[in-house]
Amino acid sequence: MKKKARKILNWLEDRTGLYALFRPAMNHLVPPGAKWFYVFGSATMFCLILQVVTGVGLSMLYQPSADTAYESLMYIQEQAVLGRWLRGIHYFGASGMILLMGIHMIRVYLMAVYKFPREMQWITGVVLLLLTVVMGFTGQLLRWDDTGVWSAVVAAEQLGRIPLIGKTISYFLLGGDTVGGHTLSRFYSYHVFVVPAMLLSFTAFHVYLVFRNGISEPPKRGRLVDSNTYRPWYKKMLQKKGVPFFPYAAWRDAVFGTAVVLVICMLAYFVGAPELSGKPDPSSISANPRPDWYLVWVFALFALMPPRIEDYFIAFGPLVLVGLLLALPFLSSRGERHPLRRPWAIIGVVVTVAVVVSLTLEGMRSPWSPRFDVKPLESRVIDSREASVVSGARLFYDKGCLYCHKIEKYGGERGPDLSQVGRRLKKDELVIRVVNGGHNMPAFGGSLSKKELAEIVDFLQSRK
Amino acid sequence: MENNNTPCEGCRPGESTGRRRFLSQLSIGLSVLGGLVVSIPVLGAFLQPLLKKSMPSWRALGSVSDYEVGKTLLVRFEDGEVLSWARSISHSAAWLRRLDENSFEAFAINCAHLGCPVRWEESSSLFLCPCHGGVYYKNGEVAAGPPLRGLSRYSVRVRKGKVEILTRGIPITTLTS
Ligand code: FES
Repeated sequence: MKKKARKILNWLEDRTGLYALFRPAMNHLVPPGAKWFYVFGSATMFCLILQVVTGVGLSMLYQPSADTAYESLMYIQEQAVLGRWLRGIHYFGASGMILLMGIHMIRVYLMAVYKFPREMQWITGVVLLLLTVVMGFTGQLLRWDDTGVWSAVVAAEQLGRIPLIGKTISYFLLGGDTVGGHTLSRFYSYHVFVVPAMLLSFTAFHVYLVFRNGISEPPKRGRLVDSNTYRPWYKKMLQKKGVPFFPYAAWRDAVFGTAVVLVICMLAYFVGAPELSGKPDPSSISANPRPDWYLVWVFALFALMPPRIEDYFIAFGPLVLVGLLLALPFLSSRGERHPLRRPWAIIGVVVTVAVVVSLTLEGMRSPWSPRFDVKPLESRVIDSREASVVSGARLFYDKGCLYCHKIEKYGGERGPDLSQVGRRLKKDELVIRVVNGGHNMPAFGGSLSKKELAEIVDFLQSRK
Repeated sequence: MENNNTPCEGCRPGESTGRRRFLSQLSIGLSVLGGLVVSIPVLGAFLQPLLKKSMPSWRALGSVSDYEVGKTLLVRFEDGEVLSWARSISHSAAWLRRLDENSFEAFAINCAHLGCPVRWEESSSLFLCPCHGGVYYKNGEVAAGPPLRGLSRYSVRVRKGKVEILTRGIPITTLTS
């Protein structure tokens, strides 16, 4: 039996040469000490494979047509066999891919792997990062719920800031000048054919380069990269101390990768993908488009940035950022690799991560958004029997002041907290503020009667 | 430069560089030609949104008497281009305001900042944007928040007692607008 199997395998190998093709890759020597730091790249790739497989599964249930896509998603979510789980894996797989890619990139940057001779690995990696973000975004759109449709509009607006051709590009993205029959079909094509084809090609290229130039050895303080001597040195080092990739390095990739896949499957099962936000409708005004978590920091940035520079930032910011990332290996391709000898690299990473994390947290809270769902103030909060104060409090709600201003625990955070405004401002100061607005507040002079104004001011004065 | 007729390395005996070069160029040239021809219709599909513009058309919004003077209402109407497989999605909306007997103005629901849908607050006569807190007055001018420009407008006309609105694309704020 065993003999027979061997014979078949031998025949297959003789006619195809597949093992001979892959053996060098499996057995190639890698530097010792390539430990757990090195697992993030392969884990990102496992996520990609997971996305391809679950994507194929979803495509068997999904209807890429503007009028029916949403219903087919509801079907996947509620009726299809294990559909909710499948969609969950695709969602958490995407999240995992972005997260792990980020960690991989930070690791590679801190260890200065992008230096000679691995510049092209970094560059293909940057391309992969961009493609992955595009996948994430187009994928969010394919949910084709209210948020998905409106995200397309917001993305189009952002592209509109590109100088000269902005408008053309925006309408091109939407597939027309409104969200219509072409929009979803195009995004489906991008998400399922165009971008994956590029993503897979670049992944293959990226991995090929890793084999060609060798896995980078862990950096050592004082060991400088010199393009004249590095390659012979690396070769010699491998011959002396290298270990075969399979299984001595690969086992860690397998262990970590499997753990990642299992965690994703569990999250998908127990937590599930985000709920759909209601039927898509470009004429609805109740939509409140928000990107998925990994782009929330951009969303927050747009809210917090001074409007005057923002247009230019939207237009040129991404270009500058991508340009810098692509230029990095050419700006410093030699010299020290150890992070402790490159303190600026560490500072840069810490600052970037801190900024992105705090913007993300701020974005999740989004204190700049008016709270449309506030309830009228309770009498306990108003804490007064005076008729004008009570009706002022009612007006404070009716006129929408509460959307942006806080009274004790109630209301929005866009404007200042007015719980104790009576201590800060006198009557006529209050009147001036309400009538004329200022800073970031609209003028209410036109929409309040004299009596209403007096009552609101009475209420505000009672806040002490 | 090599002489065209000198024998070349790797060529069959008696063959000249000229023939080798010709054959290489022929192969490459033909592949490129084939690729280009096939790409034309694919590019056509890809660039369709730029090549095929939808025509704006007037859509009826009911009779003038349906609208109260001074009130702002949400109106929903079909887009200029409606494809048969996308009827329910091909709608736009606008905030329509009756100014007096015979004049109306209509604002896009898209915030001039990044396009989120603005809501009308009747009691305070303001448009509020949920995304980054943009605010506009009833005449569409910016009242607060990140937007630098007022709300875009639609053309509206009154014909035989009926209000009509001219479809248009989603207003895109550009660097120069
Ligand atoms: S989209 Fe309206 S404020 Fe940003």
